[in-house]
Amino acid sequence: MIESSPSAKAAAATPPAPPARRGRPAARLAGLLVAALLLVTVCAVSLAVGAKQLTLAEAWGGLVDPDSPAHAVVREMRLPRTLLGLLAGAALGVAGAIMQAVTRNPLADPGLLGINAGASAAVATASAFLGVTTVGGYVWFALAGAAAVTACVYAVGGGRAATPARLALAGAALNAALYSYVSAAMLLDAASLERMRFWTVGSLAAAEPGTVVRVLPFVAVGLVIALAVARPLNALALGDDQARALGARPAATRATVIVAVTLLCGAATAACGPLVFVGLLVPHLVRAVTGPDMRWLLPACALLSPVLLLAADVAGRVLGRPGELQVGIMTAVLGGPLFLHLVTRTRAVRS
Amino acid sequence: MTVVRVRHMSVRFRARALLVGLGCALAALALGVLSIGGGDYPMSPADVLRTLAGNGTTAENFIIGELRLPRLVTAMLVGAALALGGAVFQALVRNPLGSPDILGVTQGAATGALVVVVAGGGTLALAGASVVGGLATGLLLWAVAWARGAHGHRLILAGIGIAAILTGVNGWLLTRAQLMDAARAVLWLTGSLDGRGWAQAVPLAVTLAVLAPVVLFACGPALRMTELGDDTAAALGVPVRRLRTVLLIAAVLLVSVAASAAGPVNFVALTAPHLTRRLTRAPGPNLAAATALGAAMLVAADLVAQRGFPGHQLPVGVVTGAIGGGYLIWLLATERRAGRL
Repeated sequence: MIESSPSAKAAAATPPAPPARRGRPAARLAGLLVAALLLVTVCAVSLAVGAKQLTLAEAWGGLVDPDSPAHAVVREMRLPRTLLGLLAGAALGVAGAIMQAVTRNPLADPGLLGINAGASAAVATASAFLGVTTVGGYVWFALAGAAAVTACVYAVGGGRAATPARLALAGAALNAALYSYVSAAMLLDAASLERMRFWTVGSLAAAEPGTVVRVLPFVAVGLVIALAVARPLNALALGDDQARALGARPAATRATVIVAVTLLCGAATAACGPLVFVGLLVPHLVRAVTGPDMRWLLPACALLSPVLLLAADVAGRVLGRPGELQVGIMTAVLGGPLFLHLVTRTRAVRS
Repeated sequence: MTVVRVRHMSVRFRARALLVGLGCALAALALGVLSIGGGDYPMSPADVLRTLAGNGTTAENFIIGELRLPRLVTAMLVGAALALGGAVFQALVRNPLGSPDILGVTQGAATGALVVVVAGGGTLALAGASVVGGLATGLLLWAVAWARGAHGHRLILAGIGIAAILTGVNGWLLTRAQLMDAARAVLWLTGSLDGRGWAQAVPLAVTLAVLAPVVLFACGPALRMTELGDDTAAALGVPVRRLRTVLLIAAVLLVSVAASAAGPVNFVALTAPHLTRRLTRAPGPNLAAATALGAAMLVAADLVAQRGFPGHQLPVGVVTGAIGGGYLIWLLATERRAGRL
């Protein structure tokens, strides 16, 4: 498979990768394998590291052997946490990648554009006024909130004519408004404050087996939809007219992407709170290696975003001893400087 | 534009802008009289005015002088300082959305205050820490973006990034606090005037008394000239770099001190300058009118927060947040249509 012209044009939106890096399918496949290996490694470390330190062998024993002393820790706490990290990471990374593609905007991120804040506001409403306390209940509210904000930011930001700065401003405005609403909801109900103040940071610590099962279907459907629009998104990178000439349907593609982003961000936010920068960071790092072809970019993001999220989570557990630093802090601290670099140093943003 | 000349002195002003400014100031005072008349011991506006003039009974003197007037004065000063700071920011960044709320300065002030809440400290330490936090954020923004010549959109995007990082840090600090402290911190983060007295009003009044003349009279005319573009302004004799630095420091100080008094009350800094521009129909910063409008806005919002929901006393930040958020989205839509964004 040779690089097709759509992806070559899409490179115009991002710094073009040097030709040698574009790679042939064999090299890219190898790259995906390496990513998968990395993911397995990080998962293993995530099972082993924590308040009670385990060796990898003990962790494996705890996973498969019900009589192992580590069984309770691994099966009840670390396995759900790791699985949730996998799901949320994949969801946010892929959502970020397709948002960046459809808005042709290198700064699109579900957190920065306010979509996660929309889900938060809906969850805060559910928690403070409607007495919903379970993740299973949160999910529906989060989805509704994410859908509303996605549509809103797209419309307010200017739809197809949106520039990176305009979209980011629309997102920042919505973020500010929604977070002031969330604090108001927390103020009116002390019990809700106690729950929400941990949730709003973004953490994997609340994971339990039920959470993973609740979130899995939404993320799975979202990922399948996202992978299915990879080819039309490649065509869309050429501009609407060219894409139509190639047989793609721009309006339908955009609508599909909005559905996918809503499912992915809503589910991820309901389970672990609003996380910023994951969806921004990973697609940029991955694009430097795979080039802009969505058919390779999306699978690579789905594998590498969880690597980042779980690594940040593990780092938070190690750095925050005896407690832990929530993963939301770690991603903000890691991702923020990259965002500042993108904004101030590169040509990604045309002022 | 009207010009009044007396010998060698001349003053130029727009009649409409002057009227709007005076109207807003009067509205702030009228709303203030209404506001301090209400409560568990209701008083008619005439009684309020009589007491303010010094002819009240002992009880009335106590209720107004000790309880209600300090809160009202704090509200006016906070509104004025936020609006002036916001107007200067928007003029400096040359973007209608370049307010301290969006650029992360208020979040920085909040971070400083939260550190004090978590570590346990008094009101004075909290105020000082929030000023330090706001200044540090302003400095960071300047170092990251401005000093390298980033203007316009890049600067705003850098501010959005800093705001996002600080929001994460603030959330983390909130999880470190005890539940009672966390409730206090959230109340502060939302922006509230409950229990504010002369202790908060006096430092704010001093800051405004020092900085407002600097901004309005010393820098205002030059700031108006920079609207022509840096090169043109420099050719007209404006020291552009120095002007920017002075104004940035002044604006950050105004916003931080206001935030230290009442918390980062949302959206006043953003909306007051806009509404002023619509009312005065004058281009440029309109600093004085914006200041008066900001004071009126905060007094009105506090009135709604206290009386709008019988049985509940909402923090004033909830009211400004709800109204301001809606206004902002409407603004984004219209500014886009007009192609100004």
